[in-house]
Amino acid sequence: MKSATSRYLLLSTAVIGSLSLFALKNEDKIVADADNAGLKLPAGFGALKVADTGTRARHITVTPQGTIFVKLNRPTKEGQGILQLREGGTGKASVVAGFGNYGGTGIYSTKDYLYASSDEEVFRYKLNAKGEVTNPTQPEKVITGLLNRQQHESKSITLDQAGNIYVNVGAYANSCQVKDRQKGSMGRPNCPILDSAGGIWQFRADKLNQTYGDGTRYATGLRNVVGLDWNAQSNQLFVMQHGRDQLHDNFPELYDTKESAELPAECLYALNKGDNAGWPYTYFDPAKNKIMVSPEYGGDGKKVSTGSYLAPAMAYPAHTAPNALLFYTGTMFPEKYRNGAFIAFHGSWNRAPEPQKGYYVVFQPFKNGKPSGPYEVFADNFAGTPEKANAGRPDHKPCGLAQGTDGSLYVTDDKAGSIYRIVYAKK
Amino acid sequence: MFVLGALAWAATPAAAQKKPVSKARSAAKPAAAAIPAASLALGKTLYVQNCLSCHQADGGGVDRINAPLTKTTWVLGDKAPLVKVLLNGMQGVEIDGERYANVMPAFDYLTDQQLADVLTYVRNSFGNKASAVKATEVKAVRAANKK
Ligand code: HEC
Repeated sequence: MKSATSRYLLLSTAVIGSLSLFALKNEDKIVADADNAGLKLPAGFGALKVADTGTRARHITVTPQGTIFVKLNRPTKEGQGILQLREGGTGKASVVAGFGNYGGTGIYSTKDYLYASSDEEVFRYKLNAKGEVTNPTQPEKVITGLLNRQQHESKSITLDQAGNIYVNVGAYANSCQVKDRQKGSMGRPNCPILDSAGGIWQFRADKLNQTYGDGTRYATGLRNVVGLDWNAQSNQLFVMQHGRDQLHDNFPELYDTKESAELPAECLYALNKGDNAGWPYTYFDPAKNKIMVSPEYGGDGKKVSTGSYLAPAMAYPAHTAPNALLFYTGTMFPEKYRNGAFIAFHGSWNRAPEPQKGYYVVFQPFKNGKPSGPYEVFADNFAGTPEKANAGRPDHKPCGLAQGTDGSLYVTDDKAGSIYRIVYAKK
Repeated sequence: MFVLGALAWAATPAAAQKKPVSKARSAAKPAAAAIPAASLALGKTLYVQNCLSCHQADGGGVDRINAPLTKTTWVLGDKAPLVKVLLNGMQGVEIDGERYANVMPAFDYLTDQQLADVLTYVRNSFGNKASAVKATEVKAVRAANKK
């Protein structure tokens, strides 16, 4: 990838100093860490730690101009809930600005705007020609008044190509029980949560101060979506659902701890307007490959649902918490990755007493805008060791994904605040 | 330094979910009475059945989702508010400077003895060291807890 000229420039900049770095193009200077930042990757790939921010780095976006913005779960002591990073010589970055005194998860950028969400609202900031925010203290409020009742509070966002923004409003419950997460408590009839949560809402990306009434409940029956992305090939919204917890805890006579660890699958859904994915009435059993009736609504672990609910497009191991979804459109990685999906699995807690799982980034091949073939674990060992992963005590938890302007893949970590960048180096 | 030892179990009718006075340090002093082994063993079984899936095998909880039970103000503090956490459940309360997104369900269907055992186990596991909780103490809190 590197030309002789860029190698020469790289050497000379090291001598001259950092002032001349901006003369270089990004792809000419990226150097993977000797240990690939501790990650296990397929042959030909390398990784570097772009930065150690020490923050709860949730989602990340790279503007078309190459500026990196990271949304933090809670603002720093200085009141910065969004960090702006600038990369130096070899790809290592430093925080050059911070703004937005609110915690949250969602962040997304176009050429002209940076969108970011708190757990109740969505804001946007104007970007200048260099991809810098021009109004850090006076963002426009695009959406307001979204429900936040602690559980599943993240308001993840993505845009389509027709000027719409999609927001997840997670259900503030595990399975809409009369008493949430209590043993034996049955489901509330006609689950009232679904009015204002447990789905994806669609709004206009350029209208201000929109509330529920201005938007559309685009899809319902989705317990909690943290990772979502627009697929430009099929012109369709794809989302990753966090499946329900505690089948054994709440119905021990129907599910043992092993079944509870493997049920239900974490599901990828290809959404169309009006779809219903079945929460809380159903869950997906990957071994049976069936949509099952939830025990809170009369299920017994064997009863298959007869309702007309959307079937998942693909299923992944239970409770592994998919926190980011990204369709890869770059050209740096080999051909097979183009238009496929990367999924960041934050890692499980509800598989205990069985070993925990996740803490990796998966690649899901796609063909013609549909998932095609089995997924593979693409970047592993965020946990540090298999023992730390099994114990649910990982060093890092992958949470956000973004594609760099050169086609490299950025991954955030909301445990230690590391920002990773994965590059393909093979000739 | 501080004479806090005298502030041991006092049946203060603390309001539900009122943050307990921080007595972590005093409570960490060796408890005068020995911890009954039977209570610890039964408590462990109850913990595995009812608490482990959220608070985890090591009691460390889950980052920002399920609170840890390791030397927290609640676990090592006054027993009345601790018993009430189990009787009433808990949600949205900041614990030692951190917020947790999940819900702690109520365990009011466990008996006084079971609640005493599981709390005795928690107060003497995961690096914790604090006096045992007695069934009579749970009973008193439960009676006062009723409206
Ligand atoms: C469904 C998950 C869940 C289960 C099951 C559960 N807890 Fe909790 N527990 C929580 C959460 C979440 C909090 C924090 C609530 C808050 O911040 O308001 C908590 C808080 C606590 C606290 C007080 C705060 C602290 O961390 O010291 C104690 C004590 C406690 N739990 C003990 C138990 C015991 C004992 C059991 C079993 C009998 C149990 N929990 C079962 C989720 C759970």
